[in-house]
Amino acid sequence: MRFAGVEIEDTYAEAFKMWGARLLVTGSSPEWARAAAEAAAGFAHSVIGCGCEAGVERFLSPEETPDGRPGATVLLFASSRKDLEKQLLLRVGQAVMTCPTSACYNALAGEEELSVGGKLRYFGDGWQGSKVLEGARFWRIPVMDGEFLVEDRFGIRRSIGGGNFLILGADARAALEAAEAAVRVMRRVPGVILPFPGGIVRSGSKVGSRYKFLSASTNTSYCPSLRPLVESALPEGTNCVYEIVADGLEEDSLRQALRDGVKAACREGVCRISAGNYGGRLGQYVFALRDLLGGDAP
Amino acid sequence: MKVLRPRCAFDVPVEAECLVPERLAEMTTEALLRLPLAYGRFSVPLGELFEVEADGAADAAVVLEGDFSRVKRIGENMAGGSLEIRGNAGMHLGAGMSGGTIRVLGDVDAWAGAMMSGGCIEITGNAGPSLAGAYPGETRGMRGGMVLVRGDTGLRAGERLRRGLVVVGGCTGDFPGFGMLAGTLVAFGTLGIRAGAGSKRGTLVALGGARGEMLPTYREACVYRPVFLDRLLCFLEREGFSVTAEHRSGRFRRWVGDANELGKGEILVHEKDLQ
Repeated sequence: MRFAGVEIEDTYAEAFKMWGARLLVTGSSPEWARAAAEAAAGFAHSVIGCGCEAGVERFLSPEETPDGRPGATVLLFASSRKDLEKQLLLRVGQAVMTCPTSACYNALAGEEELSVGGKLRYFGDGWQGSKVLEGARFWRIPVMDGEFLVEDRFGIRRSIGGGNFLILGADARAALEAAEAAVRVMRRVPGVILPFPGGIVRSGSKVGSRYKFLSASTNTSYCPSLRPLVESALPEGTNCVYEIVADGLEEDSLRQALRDGVKAACREGVCRISAGNYGGRLGQYVFALRDLLGGDAP
Repeated sequence: MKVLRPRCAFDVPVEAECLVPERLAEMTTEALLRLPLAYGRFSVPLGELFEVEADGAADAAVVLEGDFSRVKRIGENMAGGSLEIRGNAGMHLGAGMSGGTIRVLGDVDAWAGAMMSGGCIEITGNAGPSLAGAYPGETRGMRGGMVLVRGDTGLRAGERLRRGLVVVGGCTGDFPGFGMLAGTLVAFGTLGIRAGAGSKRGTLVALGGARGEMLPTYREACVYRPVFLDRLLCFLEREGFSVTAEHRSGRFRRWVGDANELGKGEILVHEKDLQ
Protein backbone atom coordinates (compact mmCIF):
# COMPACT_ATOMS: atom_id res chain seq x y z
CA MET A 1 0.00 0.00 0.00
CA ARG A 2 1.22 3.51 -0.79
CA PHE A 3 0.03 6.85 0.49
CA ALA A 4 1.10 10.02 -1.30
CA GLY A 5 3.76 7.97 -3.03
CA VAL A 6 5.18 6.57 0.22
CA GLU A 7 5.15 2.87 0.98
CA ILE A 8 3.09 1.96 4.05
CA GLU A 9 4.46 -1.24 5.47
CA ASP A 10 1.96 -3.93 6.38
CA THR A 11 2.71 -3.80 10.08
CA TYR A 12 1.37 -2.32 13.26
CA ALA A 13 2.26 -0.28 16.30
CA GLU A 14 1.91 -2.03 19.60
CA ALA A 15 0.73 0.13 22.48
CA PHE A 16 0.29 -0.42 26.17
CA LYS A 17 -2.16 0.19 28.96
CA MET A 18 -1.14 3.08 31.10
CA TRP A 19 -2.68 5.39 33.68
CA GLY A 20 -2.97 9.04 32.78
CA ALA A 21 -3.54 12.35 34.54
CA ARG A 22 -3.97 15.90 33.32
CA LEU A 23 -2.53 18.84 35.27
CA LEU A 24 -3.50 22.40 34.59
CA VAL A 25 -0.77 24.76 35.72
CA THR A 26 -1.02 28.53 35.72
CA GLY A 27 1.39 31.38 36.31
CA SER A 28 1.38 35.14 36.55
CA SER A 29 2.53 35.40 32.92
CA PRO A 30 2.63 33.10 29.90
CA GLU A 31 6.36 32.69 30.49
CA TRP A 32 5.90 31.45 34.05
CA ALA A 33 3.04 29.20 33.05
CA ARG A 34 5.29 27.72 30.39
CA ALA A 35 8.14 27.33 32.85
CA ALA A 36 5.91 25.46 35.31
CA ALA A 37 4.41 23.24 32.62
CA GLU A 38 7.74 22.39 31.05
CA ALA A 39 9.25 21.67 34.44
CA ALA A 40 6.36 19.33 35.25
CA ALA A 41 6.89 17.52 31.96
CA GLY A 42 10.66 17.53 32.14
CA PHE A 43 12.72 14.34 31.87
CA ALA A 44 9.63 12.25 31.23
CA HIS A 45 10.31 10.66 27.86
CA SER A 46 10.08 6.98 28.63
CA VAL A 47 8.59 5.07 31.55
CA ILE A 48 11.61 2.79 31.46
CA GLY A 49 14.16 5.41 32.39
CA CYS A 50 12.09 8.33 33.66
CA GLY A 51 9.29 6.72 35.65
CA CYS A 52 6.61 8.32 33.52
CA GLU A 53 5.95 9.92 30.17
CA ALA A 54 4.72 13.47 30.08
CA GLY A 55 4.30 16.41 27.81
CA VAL A 56 2.63 19.78 27.51
CA GLU A 57 -0.73 19.19 25.87
CA ARG A 58 -1.44 22.81 25.05
CA PHE A 59 -1.08 26.35 26.30
CA LEU A 60 -4.11 28.16 27.58
CA SER A 61 -5.23 31.77 27.53
CA PRO A 62 -6.37 33.40 30.80
CA GLU A 63 -9.99 32.92 29.73
CA GLU A 64 -9.46 29.15 29.62
CA THR A 65 -7.99 28.66 33.09
CA PRO A 66 -9.77 28.42 36.42
CA ASP A 67 -7.93 31.36 37.95
CA GLY A 68 -7.91 33.71 34.98
CA ARG A 69 -4.15 33.55 34.49
CA PRO A 70 -2.18 32.12 31.59
CA GLY A 71 -1.73 28.38 31.84
CA ALA A 72 -1.02 25.06 30.21
CA THR A 73 -2.19 21.51 30.48
CA VAL A 74 0.27 18.71 31.03
CA LEU A 75 -0.47 15.04 30.50
CA LEU A 76 1.32 12.45 32.59
CA PHE A 77 1.31 8.72 31.94
CA ALA A 78 2.71 5.90 34.05
CA SER A 79 2.49 2.14 34.02
CA SER A 80 0.46 1.83 37.23
CA ARG A 81 -1.63 3.92 39.59
CA LYS A 82 1.11 3.67 42.17
CA ASP A 83 3.74 4.94 39.76
CA LEU A 84 1.48 7.73 38.61
CA GLU A 85 0.82 8.85 42.16
CA LYS A 86 4.53 8.87 42.89
CA GLN A 87 5.26 10.90 39.78
CA LEU A 88 2.42 13.33 40.41
CA LEU A 89 3.68 14.02 43.90
CA LEU A 90 7.24 14.41 42.73
CA ARG A 91 6.48 16.59 39.75
CA VAL A 92 3.84 18.82 41.35
CA GLY A 93 5.88 19.06 44.52
CA GLN A 94 9.34 19.49 43.05
CA ALA A 95 8.71 21.08 39.67
CA VAL A 96 5.46 23.05 39.86
CA MET A 97 5.50 24.21 43.45
CA THR A 98 9.06 25.47 43.16
CA CYS A 99 8.21 27.57 40.11
CA PRO A 100 7.46 31.24 40.90
CA THR A 101 3.76 32.27 40.90
CA SER A 102 2.52 28.82 39.91
CA ALA A 103 -0.73 27.08 40.81
CA CYS A 104 -1.78 23.55 39.91
CA TYR A 105 -5.26 22.21 39.23
CA ASN A 106 -6.76 18.91 38.24
CA ALA A 107 -8.07 18.96 34.69
CA LEU A 108 -9.31 15.41 34.27
CA ALA A 109 -12.59 13.90 35.39
CA GLY A 110 -11.02 10.51 35.90
CA GLU A 111 -12.44 7.17 36.81
CA GLU A 112 -10.38 7.26 39.99
CA GLU A 113 -8.75 9.99 42.06
CA LEU A 114 -5.42 10.38 43.77
CA SER A 115 -4.55 12.66 46.62
CA VAL A 116 -1.92 15.13 45.47
CA GLY A 117 -2.52 18.47 47.16
CA GLY A 118 -3.78 16.52 50.14
CA LYS A 119 -0.29 15.07 50.57
CA LEU A 120 1.78 18.04 49.45
CA ARG A 121 0.01 20.24 51.97
CA TYR A 122 2.27 19.01 54.75
CA PHE A 123 4.99 21.13 53.22
CA GLY A 124 3.07 24.00 54.82
CA ASP A 125 4.23 22.74 58.21
CA GLY A 126 0.88 23.35 59.82
CA TRP A 127 0.28 26.76 58.21
CA GLN A 128 -1.47 25.35 55.16
CA GLY A 129 -5.14 26.04 54.76
CA SER A 130 -7.82 24.55 52.60
CA LYS A 131 -10.72 26.06 50.71
CA VAL A 132 -13.60 24.30 49.05
CA LEU A 133 -14.97 25.87 45.90
CA GLU A 134 -17.32 24.40 43.32
CA GLY A 135 -17.08 21.01 44.98
CA ALA A 136 -13.29 20.82 44.88
CA ARG A 137 -10.87 21.28 47.73
CA PHE A 138 -7.80 23.42 47.26
CA TRP A 139 -4.77 23.70 49.48
CA ARG A 140 -3.05 27.00 50.07
CA ILE A 141 0.54 26.30 51.03
CA PRO A 142 2.52 29.30 52.21
CA VAL A 143 5.70 29.80 50.17
CA MET A 144 8.23 32.60 49.91
CA ASP A 145 6.45 34.50 47.13
CA GLY A 146 3.00 34.12 48.63
CA GLU A 147 1.12 30.87 48.36
CA PHE A 148 1.10 27.76 46.24
CA LEU A 149 -2.43 26.77 45.37
CA VAL A 150 -2.90 23.10 44.55
CA GLU A 151 -6.00 21.02 44.14
CA ASP A 152 -6.54 18.30 46.70
CA ARG A 153 -7.36 15.41 44.36
CA PHE A 154 -6.46 14.64 40.78
CA GLY A 155 -8.44 12.41 38.47
CA ILE A 156 -6.69 9.54 36.73
CA ARG A 157 -7.91 7.20 34.05
CA ARG A 158 -6.82 4.20 32.05
CA SER A 159 -4.89 5.43 29.06
CA ILE A 160 -2.64 4.23 26.27
CA GLY A 161 1.06 4.72 25.82
CA GLY A 162 3.57 3.78 23.17
CA GLY A 163 1.61 4.46 20.00
CA ASN A 164 4.32 4.85 17.39
CA PHE A 165 5.44 4.85 13.81
CA LEU A 166 8.78 5.01 12.04
CA ILE A 167 9.72 7.35 9.25
CA LEU A 168 12.32 5.87 6.93
CA GLY A 169 13.92 8.67 4.96
CA ALA A 170 16.24 8.85 2.03
CA ASP A 171 18.31 11.39 3.87
CA ALA A 172 18.47 13.00 7.30
CA ARG A 173 16.92 16.28 6.21
CA ALA A 174 13.93 14.68 4.53
CA ALA A 175 13.32 12.33 7.44
CA LEU A 176 13.54 15.14 10.00
CA GLU A 177 11.25 17.43 8.00
CA ALA A 178 8.71 14.63 7.68
CA ALA A 179 8.92 13.93 11.41
CA GLU A 180 8.50 17.62 12.20
CA ALA A 181 5.45 17.78 9.96
CA ALA A 182 3.97 14.79 11.76
CA VAL A 183 4.63 16.33 15.16
CA ARG A 184 2.93 19.57 14.16
CA VAL A 185 -0.36 17.87 13.28
CA MET A 186 -0.28 15.33 16.09
CA ARG A 187 0.11 18.02 18.71
CA ARG A 188 -3.21 19.48 17.64
CA VAL A 189 -5.09 16.42 18.83
CA PRO A 190 -6.50 16.93 22.35
CA GLY A 191 -5.59 14.32 24.92
CA VAL A 192 -2.39 13.28 23.16
CA ILE A 193 1.23 14.08 23.90
CA LEU A 194 4.51 13.22 22.25
CA PRO A 195 6.81 12.67 25.22
CA PHE A 196 10.18 12.72 23.49
CA PRO A 197 12.28 15.82 22.82
CA GLY A 198 10.58 17.79 20.08
CA GLY A 199 8.20 14.87 19.77
CA ILE A 200 10.75 12.80 17.87
CA VAL A 201 12.91 9.81 18.85
CA ARG A 202 16.18 9.06 17.16
CA SER A 203 17.34 6.31 19.49
CA GLY A 204 14.62 3.73 19.08
CA SER A 205 15.27 0.62 21.12
CA LYS A 206 14.77 -3.10 20.94
CA VAL A 207 14.16 -5.43 23.85
CA GLY A 208 17.35 -6.99 25.24
CA SER A 209 21.02 -6.60 24.52
CA ARG A 210 24.18 -8.62 24.31
CA TYR A 211 25.05 -7.26 27.75
CA LYS A 212 23.36 -9.01 30.65
CA PHE A 213 22.94 -5.84 32.66
CA LEU A 214 21.01 -4.04 29.93
CA SER A 215 17.35 -4.75 29.23
CA ALA A 216 17.08 -2.60 26.10
CA SER A 217 19.52 -1.53 23.46
CA THR A 218 19.67 0.36 20.19
CA ASN A 219 17.29 -0.83 17.52
CA THR A 220 19.95 -2.28 15.25
CA SER A 221 17.49 -3.28 12.56
CA TYR A 222 16.74 0.38 11.94
CA CYS A 223 20.25 1.83 12.24
CA PRO A 224 21.35 2.74 8.69
CA SER A 225 25.00 2.53 9.62
CA LEU A 226 24.62 -1.16 10.51
CA ARG A 227 22.62 -2.21 7.47
CA PRO A 228 25.16 -4.65 5.99
CA LEU A 229 26.16 -5.96 9.44
CA VAL A 230 22.84 -6.94 11.01
CA GLU A 231 19.45 -8.23 9.95
CA SER A 232 18.30 -4.86 8.74
CA ALA A 233 14.69 -3.77 8.29
CA LEU A 234 15.71 -0.90 6.05
CA PRO A 235 15.07 -0.91 2.34
CA GLU A 236 17.70 0.16 -0.13
CA GLY A 237 18.20 3.91 -0.13
CA THR A 238 17.21 4.52 3.51
CA ASN A 239 19.76 6.65 5.27
CA CYS A 240 17.89 8.01 8.28
CA VAL A 241 15.04 6.84 10.53
CA TYR A 242 13.01 8.76 13.08
CA GLU A 243 10.36 7.38 15.37
CA ILE A 244 7.31 9.22 16.61
CA VAL A 245 5.92 8.04 19.95
CA ALA A 246 2.57 9.20 21.26
CA ASP A 247 0.53 8.63 24.42
CA GLY A 248 -3.17 9.34 24.70
CA LEU A 249 -5.90 9.51 27.28
CA GLU A 250 -8.23 7.68 24.91
CA GLU A 251 -7.73 5.13 22.18
CA ASP A 252 -9.68 7.17 19.65
CA SER A 253 -7.64 10.32 20.13
CA LEU A 254 -4.40 8.37 19.92
CA ARG A 255 -5.61 6.68 16.76
CA GLN A 256 -6.51 10.09 15.32
CA ALA A 257 -3.09 11.48 16.17
CA LEU A 258 -1.28 8.50 14.60
CA ARG A 259 -3.42 8.76 11.49
CA ASP A 260 -2.74 12.49 11.13
CA GLY A 261 0.93 11.96 11.82
CA VAL A 262 1.41 9.21 9.27
CA LYS A 263 -0.38 11.22 6.61
CA ALA A 264 1.70 14.30 7.33
CA ALA A 265 4.91 12.28 7.24
CA CYS A 266 4.20 10.90 3.79
CA ARG A 267 6.11 13.37 1.70
CA GLU A 268 8.97 13.58 -0.71
CA GLY A 269 12.19 11.99 0.51
CA VAL A 270 10.41 9.44 2.70
CA CYS A 271 10.88 5.85 1.52
CA ARG A 272 8.63 3.99 3.88
CA ILE A 273 6.45 4.28 7.01
CA SER A 274 6.83 1.44 9.45
CA ALA A 275 5.98 0.85 13.10
CA GLY A 276 7.46 -0.71 16.20
CA ASN A 277 5.98 -3.81 17.78
CA TYR A 278 6.89 -6.85 19.80
CA GLY A 279 5.13 -9.40 17.68
CA GLY A 280 1.84 -8.53 19.35
CA ARG A 281 2.87 -10.31 22.53
CA LEU A 282 3.33 -7.41 24.93
CA GLY A 283 0.97 -4.60 24.08
CA GLN A 284 -2.75 -4.57 24.74
CA TYR A 285 -3.46 -2.27 21.80
CA VAL A 286 -2.61 -2.63 18.15
CA PHE A 287 -2.68 0.13 15.56
CA ALA A 288 -2.23 -1.35 12.10
CA LEU A 289 -0.78 1.29 9.81
CA ARG A 290 -2.96 0.36 6.86
CA ASP A 291 -6.08 0.38 9.03
CA LEU A 292 -5.14 3.81 10.28
CA LEU A 293 -5.23 5.18 6.77
CA GLY A 294 -8.27 3.12 5.90
CA GLY A 295 -10.35 4.72 3.20
CA ASP A 296 -7.84 7.52 2.81
CA ALA A 297 -5.43 5.24 1.06
CA PRO A 298 -5.25 5.73 -2.70
CA MET B 1 -44.27 23.76 40.08
CA LYS B 2 -46.37 25.31 42.83
CA VAL B 3 -46.95 29.04 43.22
CA LEU B 4 -48.06 30.55 46.52
CA ARG B 5 -49.34 34.11 46.94
CA PRO B 6 -50.34 35.80 50.21
CA ARG B 7 -54.05 36.52 50.41
CA CYS B 8 -53.41 39.65 52.50
CA ALA B 9 -50.72 41.65 54.24
CA PHE B 10 -49.83 39.92 57.50
CA ASP B 11 -50.14 41.84 60.78
CA VAL B 12 -48.18 39.30 62.75
CA PRO B 13 -45.47 36.85 61.70
CA VAL B 14 -46.28 33.57 60.02
CA GLU B 15 -44.15 30.55 60.86
CA ALA B 16 -43.79 28.62 57.62
CA GLU B 17 -41.22 25.93 58.20
CA CYS B 18 -43.37 23.65 56.09
CA LEU B 19 -42.58 25.64 52.94
CA VAL B 20 -39.88 23.28 51.83
CA PRO B 21 -39.79 22.28 48.14
CA GLU B 22 -39.21 18.57 48.53
CA ARG B 23 -42.07 18.33 51.03
CA LEU B 24 -44.49 20.33 48.91
CA ALA B 25 -43.64 18.29 45.81
CA GLU B 26 -45.27 15.21 47.31
CA MET B 27 -48.48 16.97 48.31
CA THR B 28 -51.68 17.53 46.44
CA THR B 29 -52.99 21.07 46.33
CA GLU B 30 -55.77 20.09 48.73
CA ALA B 31 -53.32 18.70 51.25
CA LEU B 32 -51.16 21.76 50.86
CA LEU B 33 -54.06 24.07 51.59
CA ARG B 34 -54.72 22.18 54.83
CA LEU B 35 -51.14 22.46 56.10
CA PRO B 36 -51.17 24.10 59.52
CA LEU B 37 -49.19 27.30 59.94
CA ALA B 38 -48.58 29.36 63.06
CA TYR B 39 -50.06 32.79 62.48
CA GLY B 40 -49.28 34.80 65.55
CA ARG B 41 -50.56 32.61 68.39
CA PHE B 42 -53.08 30.78 66.21
CA SER B 43 -52.72 27.71 64.05
CA VAL B 44 -54.42 28.25 60.72
CA PRO B 45 -54.50 26.22 57.50
CA LEU B 46 -52.20 27.43 54.79
CA GLY B 47 -55.13 28.03 52.48
CA GLU B 48 -56.43 30.82 54.72
CA LEU B 49 -53.24 32.78 54.32
CA PHE B 50 -52.06 31.85 50.83
CA GLU B 51 -53.61 31.03 47.52
CA VAL B 52 -51.97 28.13 45.73
CA GLU B 53 -51.56 27.53 42.04
CA ALA B 54 -50.16 24.21 40.87
CA ASP B 55 -49.42 23.04 37.35
CA GLY B 56 -49.63 19.38 38.28
CA ALA B 57 -45.96 18.66 37.80
CA ALA B 58 -44.43 16.70 40.65
CA ASP B 59 -41.16 18.62 40.58
CA ALA B 60 -39.65 20.12 43.68
CA ALA B 61 -39.93 23.70 42.50
CA VAL B 62 -41.83 26.28 44.49
CA VAL B 63 -42.40 29.95 43.74
CA LEU B 64 -43.54 32.38 46.39
CA GLU B 65 -44.93 35.56 44.88
CA GLY B 66 -45.57 38.71 46.86
CA ASP B 67 -44.47 40.10 50.18
CA PHE B 68 -43.19 37.33 52.44
CA SER B 69 -41.25 39.66 54.72
CA ARG B 70 -43.33 38.58 57.73
CA VAL B 71 -43.15 34.91 56.83
CA LYS B 72 -40.45 33.19 58.85
CA ARG B 73 -38.53 29.95 58.38
CA ILE B 74 -39.17 29.53 54.67
CA GLY B 75 -37.04 26.65 53.39
CA GLU B 76 -35.86 25.76 56.87
CA ASN B 77 -33.93 22.48 56.85
CA MET B 78 -34.64 21.94 53.16
CA ALA B 79 -32.49 19.30 51.50
CA GLY B 80 -33.26 19.68 47.82
CA GLY B 81 -35.38 21.26 45.14
CA SER B 82 -35.67 24.93 44.32
CA LEU B 83 -37.46 27.79 45.93
CA GLU B 84 -37.86 31.20 44.37
CA ILE B 85 -39.27 34.11 46.31
CA ARG B 86 -40.40 37.00 44.16
CA GLY B 87 -40.47 39.57 46.90
CA ASN B 88 -38.99 40.03 50.34
CA ALA B 89 -38.58 37.13 52.78
CA GLY B 90 -38.72 36.96 56.55
CA MET B 91 -36.37 35.68 59.22
CA HIS B 92 -34.58 32.32 59.24
CA LEU B 93 -34.82 31.79 55.49
CA GLY B 94 -33.08 28.52 54.62
CA ALA B 95 -31.79 28.08 58.16
CA GLY B 96 -30.27 24.66 58.59
CA MET B 97 -30.71 23.77 54.93
CA SER B 98 -28.50 21.03 53.54
CA GLY B 99 -29.25 21.13 49.82
CA GLY B 100 -31.23 22.71 47.02
CA THR B 101 -31.38 26.33 46.00
CA ILE B 102 -33.23 29.36 47.29
CA ARG B 103 -33.41 32.51 45.20
CA VAL B 104 -34.87 35.68 46.66
CA LEU B 105 -35.70 38.57 44.36
CA GLY B 106 -35.76 41.05 47.19
CA ASP B 107 -34.49 41.52 50.72
CA VAL B 108 -34.36 39.01 53.56
CA ASP B 109 -34.54 39.47 57.29
CA ALA B 110 -32.23 38.14 60.00
CA TRP B 111 -30.66 34.70 60.25
CA ALA B 112 -30.89 33.76 56.58
CA GLY B 113 -28.84 30.60 56.02
CA ALA B 114 -28.12 30.26 59.72
CA MET B 115 -26.30 27.01 60.39
CA MET B 116 -26.89 25.73 56.90
CA SER B 117 -24.71 22.86 55.76
CA GLY B 118 -25.26 22.74 52.01
CA GLY B 119 -27.12 24.15 49.05
CA CYS B 120 -27.18 27.71 47.84
CA ILE B 121 -29.07 30.84 48.84
CA GLU B 122 -29.01 33.78 46.48
CA ILE B 123 -30.44 37.11 47.57
CA THR B 124 -30.68 39.91 45.05
CA GLY B 125 -31.36 42.58 47.68
CA ASN B 126 -30.04 43.09 51.17
CA ALA B 127 -29.78 40.61 54.02
CA GLY B 128 -30.49 41.30 57.67
CA PRO B 129 -28.33 40.53 60.67
CA SER B 130 -26.66 37.20 61.42
CA LEU B 131 -26.56 36.04 57.83
CA ALA B 132 -25.19 32.46 57.77
CA GLY B 133 -24.71 32.80 61.49
CA ALA B 134 -24.97 30.61 64.58
CA TYR B 135 -27.91 30.65 66.92
CA PRO B 136 -27.07 31.61 70.50
CA GLY B 137 -25.61 28.65 72.33
CA GLU B 138 -24.37 27.00 69.14
CA THR B 139 -20.64 26.63 68.58
CA ARG B 140 -20.81 26.57 64.80
CA GLY B 141 -22.69 28.66 62.28
CA MET B 142 -22.86 27.83 58.59
CA ARG B 143 -21.05 24.54 57.87
CA GLY B 144 -21.24 24.29 54.11
CA GLY B 145 -22.88 25.55 50.96
CA MET B 146 -22.98 29.04 49.60
CA VAL B 147 -24.79 32.30 50.31
CA LEU B 148 -24.67 35.02 47.68
CA VAL B 149 -26.05 38.43 48.59
CA ARG B 150 -26.04 41.13 45.93
CA GLY B 151 -26.69 43.96 48.37
CA ASP B 152 -25.56 44.70 51.91
CA THR B 153 -25.81 42.63 55.08
CA GLY B 154 -26.56 43.50 58.67
CA LEU B 155 -24.52 42.82 61.78
CA ARG B 156 -22.57 39.66 62.46
CA ALA B 157 -22.57 38.12 59.02
CA GLY B 158 -20.84 34.74 59.04
CA GLU B 159 -20.75 34.45 62.81
CA ARG B 160 -18.94 31.24 63.81
CA LEU B 161 -18.74 30.26 60.16
CA ARG B 162 -17.34 26.75 60.03
CA ARG B 163 -17.24 26.02 56.30
CA GLY B 164 -18.71 27.36 53.08
CA LEU B 165 -18.73 30.60 51.17
CA VAL B 166 -20.58 33.82 51.94
CA VAL B 167 -20.38 36.58 49.35
CA VAL B 168 -21.73 40.06 49.88
CA GLY B 169 -22.00 42.29 46.84
CA GLY B 170 -22.20 45.42 48.99
CA CYS B 171 -20.99 46.13 52.50
CA THR B 172 -21.26 44.04 55.63
CA GLY B 173 -22.57 45.32 58.91
CA ASP B 174 -20.30 45.40 61.92
CA PHE B 175 -18.64 42.34 63.45
CA PRO B 176 -18.48 40.24 60.27
CA GLY B 177 -16.96 36.81 60.79
CA PHE B 178 -17.22 37.02 64.55
CA GLY B 179 -15.81 33.81 66.05
CA MET B 180 -15.14 32.34 62.61
CA LEU B 181 -13.77 28.81 62.59
CA ALA B 182 -13.08 28.41 58.86
CA GLY B 183 -14.75 29.17 55.54
CA THR B 184 -14.71 32.35 53.49
CA LEU B 185 -16.63 35.59 53.61
CA VAL B 186 -16.11 38.03 50.74
CA ALA B 187 -17.40 41.60 50.70
CA PHE B 188 -17.25 43.58 47.47
CA GLY B 189 -17.95 46.65 49.56
CA THR B 190 -16.44 47.41 52.94
CA LEU B 191 -16.15 45.14 55.95
CA GLY B 192 -17.73 46.48 59.11
CA ILE B 193 -15.78 47.27 62.24
CA ARG B 194 -14.25 44.56 64.44
CA ALA B 195 -14.03 42.19 61.54
CA GLY B 196 -12.98 38.67 62.45
CA ALA B 197 -13.13 39.26 66.18
CA GLY B 198 -12.47 36.01 68.00
CA SER B 199 -11.85 34.03 64.82
CA LYS B 200 -9.70 30.92 64.86
CA ARG B 201 -9.30 30.30 61.14
CA GLY B 202 -11.07 31.31 57.98
CA THR B 203 -10.80 34.11 55.47
CA LEU B 204 -12.44 37.50 55.30
CA VAL B 205 -11.93 39.34 52.03
CA ALA B 206 -12.56 43.07 51.85
CA LEU B 207 -12.54 44.09 48.21
CA GLY B 208 -13.82 47.54 49.12
CA GLY B 209 -11.58 48.02 52.12
CA ALA B 210 -12.41 47.88 55.80
CA ARG B 211 -14.23 50.42 57.92
CA GLY B 212 -12.28 51.46 60.96
CA GLU B 213 -9.02 50.00 62.13
CA MET B 214 -8.23 46.34 62.46
CA LEU B 215 -8.49 44.90 65.92
CA PRO B 216 -5.20 45.08 67.82
CA THR B 217 -5.26 41.29 67.99
CA TYR B 218 -4.75 41.19 64.21
CA ARG B 219 -1.22 41.64 62.94
CA GLU B 220 -0.21 42.82 59.51
CA ALA B 221 1.67 40.12 57.59
CA CYS B 222 2.36 41.33 54.07
CA VAL B 223 0.96 42.83 50.88
CA TYR B 224 0.59 40.22 48.16
CA ARG B 225 -1.80 38.54 45.82
CA PRO B 226 -3.03 35.15 46.99
CA VAL B 227 -3.63 32.89 44.01
CA PHE B 228 -6.69 31.50 45.69
CA LEU B 229 -8.36 34.87 45.23
CA ASP B 230 -7.76 34.67 41.49
CA ARG B 231 -9.55 31.35 41.50
CA LEU B 232 -12.33 32.68 43.70
CA LEU B 233 -12.84 35.88 41.71
CA CYS B 234 -13.16 33.93 38.46
CA PHE B 235 -15.91 31.91 40.09
CA LEU B 236 -17.65 34.99 41.46
CA GLU B 237 -17.53 36.71 38.10
CA ARG B 238 -19.33 33.72 36.63
CA GLU B 239 -21.87 34.05 39.41
CA GLY B 240 -22.60 37.57 38.23
CA PHE B 241 -20.63 39.68 40.70
CA SER B 242 -18.90 42.69 39.24
CA VAL B 243 -15.24 41.81 39.41
CA THR B 244 -13.25 44.78 38.17
CA ALA B 245 -9.83 45.01 36.57
CA GLU B 246 -8.65 46.49 39.87
CA HIS B 247 -9.80 43.38 41.70
CA ARG B 248 -8.07 41.18 39.17
CA SER B 249 -4.72 42.85 39.29
CA GLY B 250 -4.59 44.49 42.71
CA ARG B 251 -2.77 43.37 45.80
CA PHE B 252 -4.08 42.57 49.21
CA ARG B 253 -2.87 43.44 52.69
CA ARG B 254 -2.97 40.33 54.83
CA TRP B 255 -3.88 40.62 58.47
CA VAL B 256 -3.66 37.51 60.64
CA GLY B 257 -5.51 36.84 63.86
CA ASP B 258 -7.33 36.76 66.13
CA ALA B 259 -4.39 36.43 68.49
CA ASN B 260 -6.81 35.94 71.35
CA GLU B 261 -7.78 32.70 69.71
CA LEU B 262 -5.85 30.29 67.48
CA GLY B 263 -4.68 33.20 65.34
CA LYS B 264 -4.85 31.40 62.00
CA GLY B 265 -7.61 33.53 60.56
CA GLU B 266 -6.90 36.10 57.89
CA ILE B 267 -8.38 39.31 56.62
CA LEU B 268 -7.37 40.24 53.09
CA VAL B 269 -7.93 43.91 52.38
CA HIS B 270 -7.73 45.06 48.79
CA GLU B 271 -5.18 47.82 48.37
CA LYS B 272 -6.69 50.03 45.72
CA ASP B 273 -3.55 52.02 45.03
CA LEU B 274 -1.26 49.03 44.72
CA GLN B 275 -1.34 47.23 41.39
